[in-house]
Amino acid sequence: MSEHAISAVDLGLEFPTRDGKIEALQQINLEVESGEFIALIGPSGCGKTTFLRIVAALEKPTSGVIRVNGLSPEEARKARSYGYVFQAAGLYPWRSIAANVRLPLEVMGFDRRERDDRVRHALDLVGLSGFEKQFPWQLSGGMQQRASIARALCFDADILLMDEPFGALDEIVRDHLNEQLLALWQKTGKTVGFVTHSIPEAVYLASRIVVMSPRPGRITAVIENDLPTERPLEIRDSSEFIAIAQKVRHALRAGGDAHD
Amino acid sequence: MPAPSVIIGAFAGNGAMLWGDLVQTFFKGALSGYVIGCSAGILTAILIHRSLFLRRGLLPVGNFLAALPIVGTAPIFVMWFGFGWQSKAAVVIAMVYFPMLINMVEGLSSSDAMQRDLMKTYAASYWQTMFKLTLPAAMPFAFNGLKICTTLSLIGAIVAEFFGSPTLGIGFRISTEVGRLALDVVWAEIIVAAVTGTVFYGLVAASERGVTFWHPSIRGRSAS
Repeated sequence: MSEHAISAVDLGLEFPTRDGKIEALQQINLEVESGEFIALIGPSGCGKTTFLRIVAALEKPTSGVIRVNGLSPEEARKARSYGYVFQAAGLYPWRSIAANVRLPLEVMGFDRRERDDRVRHALDLVGLSGFEKQFPWQLSGGMQQRASIARALCFDADILLMDEPFGALDEIVRDHLNEQLLALWQKTGKTVGFVTHSIPEAVYLASRIVVMSPRPGRITAVIENDLPTERPLEIRDSSEFIAIAQKVRHALRAGGDAHD
Repeated sequence: MPAPSVIIGAFAGNGAMLWGDLVQTFFKGALSGYVIGCSAGILTAILIHRSLFLRRGLLPVGNFLAALPIVGTAPIFVMWFGFGWQSKAAVVIAMVYFPMLINMVEGLSSSDAMQRDLMKTYAASYWQTMFKLTLPAAMPFAFNGLKICTTLSLIGAIVAEFFGSPTLGIGFRISTEVGRLALDVVWAEIIVAAVTGTVFYGLVAASERGVTFWHPSIRGRSAS
């Protein structure tokens, strides 16, 4: 059973409110192979972020079973099996860029020389060499988000969980970072769970697209993306790309309830 | 009010005495009380941060301490701790402890949810999170407390001397020289106290700029 990076069986999460129970997630069944790039897409309130947070053991499900690398999410978190990239970069402003990337290595007790090597390597991967000594507020939003990706990469976890990491960035920067992320995934072969609002982003990046819908949050479709792994940005104008994007759009419509 | 030239004369004639008063009141009474009281406030805040119960329960107690009128506590502390600077330090501790505690408690809760989640994803321990996130994020609040306490400590040490002290100290001198109508010396003491308080505040504010250089309220100023 442990060949799956992530496996969820009948996963559900409900929480009580004054107006009764809200089902944030209902009957989620999903298996993610090691090395896959999974995009989770859906309107607000469909539970895509909640699902990612359950995988990261930041949230506890109320029913069902979830395994991450064959472990419970809590065990996987303790085994430092994943790096998490949040919606905002969330760099610590009192630390320089290099020190921010070094933060997980300090917490995890890497020795000094290895820390420096890994920080250099991770900053190089995201194209931020030369910015080590800058402070986060001196960098643009796109550069800050790249630093936060370097921070999630530097300790070399098998799984990368990304919660709308590029949502707040303008389209030009976003395109650029999508391209870099794809290259990074191909280079490292990590398993990626990527939450997004954007259909083109999901189709461009993912090897499989999970379409979700709200109230209750559930999976309504899983779409295989058979685009070639080599994906220049222009692929988005090809008829194959548009066909898959249409499939995703139809699945989102069928899920309905996208008025917010 | 005596003419400025007379006050300057009082400085010139009483240099050694003024210096002795300053050492007694500021360096012995105010500063030691400030260091002990602020450290105690910071340490208490760190220790109770983990427990919501203690946070809720200790703040009213601290508030009660801060509400004790200094003119009532000072003579009692003199009875307990003697005429020397120790009783003045005790008054200062009682004055600065609560403002420091409440600022620090607030500061320790000032990291945001995402910053804390990040530490969680690294499976960081409570104390790792404390030293790498919670404490650095609390520094702007800590310095607010430290700055407020600079002037409080000096006022506390001076007023406490009115209720009994050896024959030196800024407060002692003011109360006796007023009785002898030597207002030039009183003014000289007031100026010494005011300058000392300002320099003390300035030093703390300068170290704040060094420590919290990253905070939006600071970083804009030095850049432009």
